[in-house]
Amino acid sequence: MEERAKVIRRHVIRMLAKAGSGHPGSSLSTVDLLVALFYSKLRHNPQQPAWPDRDRFVMSKGHGCPALYAVLAEMGYFSVDTLDTLRQFGSILQGHPCMKTTPGIEISGGSLGQGLSVGLGIALAAKLDKKDYRTYVMLGDGEIEEGQVWEAAMAASHYKADNLCAIIDQNGLQIDGFIHEIMSSHPIPDKWRGFGWHVIEINGHDYKAISSAYDEAEKIKGRPTVIVAKTIKGKGVSFMENQVDWHGKVPTKEEAERALAELK
Amino acid sequence: MTEMIATRQAYGDTLVELGEKNKDIVVLDADLSKSTTTAKFGKKFPDRFFNMGVAEANMMNTAAGLATCGKIAFVSSFSIFATGRAWEQIRNTICYSGLNVKIVATHSGVSVGPDGASHQCIEDISLMKTIPTMTVVEPCDAVETRKAVLAAVAHKGPIYIRLGRAAVPVITKKEDSFSIGKATVLRSGKDVAIVACGALVANSLTAADMLSKEGIEATVVNMHTIKPIDQEILVKVAKQVNAVVTAEQHVLDGGLGSAVASVLARNYPVPMEMIGIDNRFGQSGEPDILFKEYHLLPEDIVVAAKRAIERKKK
Repeated sequence: MEERAKVIRRHVIRMLAKAGSGHPGSSLSTVDLLVALFYSKLRHNPQQPAWPDRDRFVMSKGHGCPALYAVLAEMGYFSVDTLDTLRQFGSILQGHPCMKTTPGIEISGGSLGQGLSVGLGIALAAKLDKKDYRTYVMLGDGEIEEGQVWEAAMAASHYKADNLCAIIDQNGLQIDGFIHEIMSSHPIPDKWRGFGWHVIEINGHDYKAISSAYDEAEKIKGRPTVIVAKTIKGKGVSFMENQVDWHGKVPTKEEAERALAELK
Repeated sequence: MTEMIATRQAYGDTLVELGEKNKDIVVLDADLSKSTTTAKFGKKFPDRFFNMGVAEANMMNTAAGLATCGKIAFVSSFSIFATGRAWEQIRNTICYSGLNVKIVATHSGVSVGPDGASHQCIEDISLMKTIPTMTVVEPCDAVETRKAVLAAVAHKGPIYIRLGRAAVPVITKKEDSFSIGKATVLRSGKDVAIVACGALVANSLTAADMLSKEGIEATVVNMHTIKPIDQEILVKVAKQVNAVVTAEQHVLDGGLGSAVASVLARNYPVPMEMIGIDNRFGQSGEPDILFKEYHLLPEDIVVAAKRAIERKKK
């Protein structure tokens, strides 16, 4: 898994350097959570992206999509070469997820706070159709400042959506600074417990803990699960780790080379 | 005696009809299901009815999620909350993704009455038609509402249907054809055309009768689909009459009048007058008093028609 994660992180750096814009910090913090999910938990078929019984993954923190695109490419949803076209005119890889252009994307995103609601809708459809596919939604810890997230949390609990699993990529940073400085969403686990969710707290870069959490979530009945994963924004590239500046700034050629060297 | 039925009642009844025929229909509401009448569907098909409580943004995107799984999701609330509060969800998730979410909002316009301005949405046509790829329909009566709702199911992608609160006269017939994007000419006259939608279609017909008594003959066009607007009929009619009045229960900016003006200015400019609400909020009162206050009555349409004809002569 760690090796796969390095491949993904290298893709992310290259893609963003080539694109000239995008979100390295937010993409890098999600990688381990995504790799574990796609390679060992999610039931899906890259050759049949619309397979009706597939598990679904919604990237609610849409700006982290470079990491998702890299995973989808490695899994065969589209060619790895496509990654070089990120954000370019005519590319199937739009700046924020677009379900119309990109295989493997379950909903168009980018505007924060909306994905958990979509995930709930999918979860409700599954229950209605008596199907057992699961829905995973990844959110950021800045994103949960959006009120709609809590509307969805309330509704998911009310509707006992135990086939829904939220993952909080808690990297502690947002655009204007640290979460606790700008708009503290702490204490995060308590809030979700208050809304009736089962809460699992983990280190979001520890594969054993991540896998364990996904397994545990599956067993919970009668309530949805949230995995609050402590992560490092920019994880994997020493000069990007935990830095506010690396939210929306892409590496220069030289910085990209340094980053890739670290990710060998 | 003309039958008076609220368009929202026809909506609820049609949902039940649809629910029986199509198992993919699901309905969502935000704690207003008795008023929007989605409760009728909810009572018959409780498994497919989702009351999302007082949380419209979540409701819209939950509908989107259901639609990604092959459901045809009808979403309802009062129009100010559906199209206002959840505008960005409609734009960024539903429309941008091209999903089969059918937004049917009730309590549009000032005819909401005593609840007052906060609940009287007079901007929703503008809000919805401004979104790329959205379709906007305002049926004129209960009979047309049923057809619009059925057409919405057949329509691929998002659609917005605007309904009111008050009972309105039934002016169309069951056998009349209905097609999204195709306006219907209810009356022909050579002097002026009145292009209207929703509750103002009935007022336009009354205005035409009043004008006729003074020797002025008006064409009345039921422009139930404001987007995509029927350009062909508009230009054809404009060329016949050379004076046009639009009438809507909506602000003058960005609704039916603006859409008609946009077509005619680019294709066949004629003197135009617009009936609508001029940069004011609504207020509490009974619908008939409010229609008088905001100049939405047949007599107001008559005045506007005469003005348009005067300008045509100049």
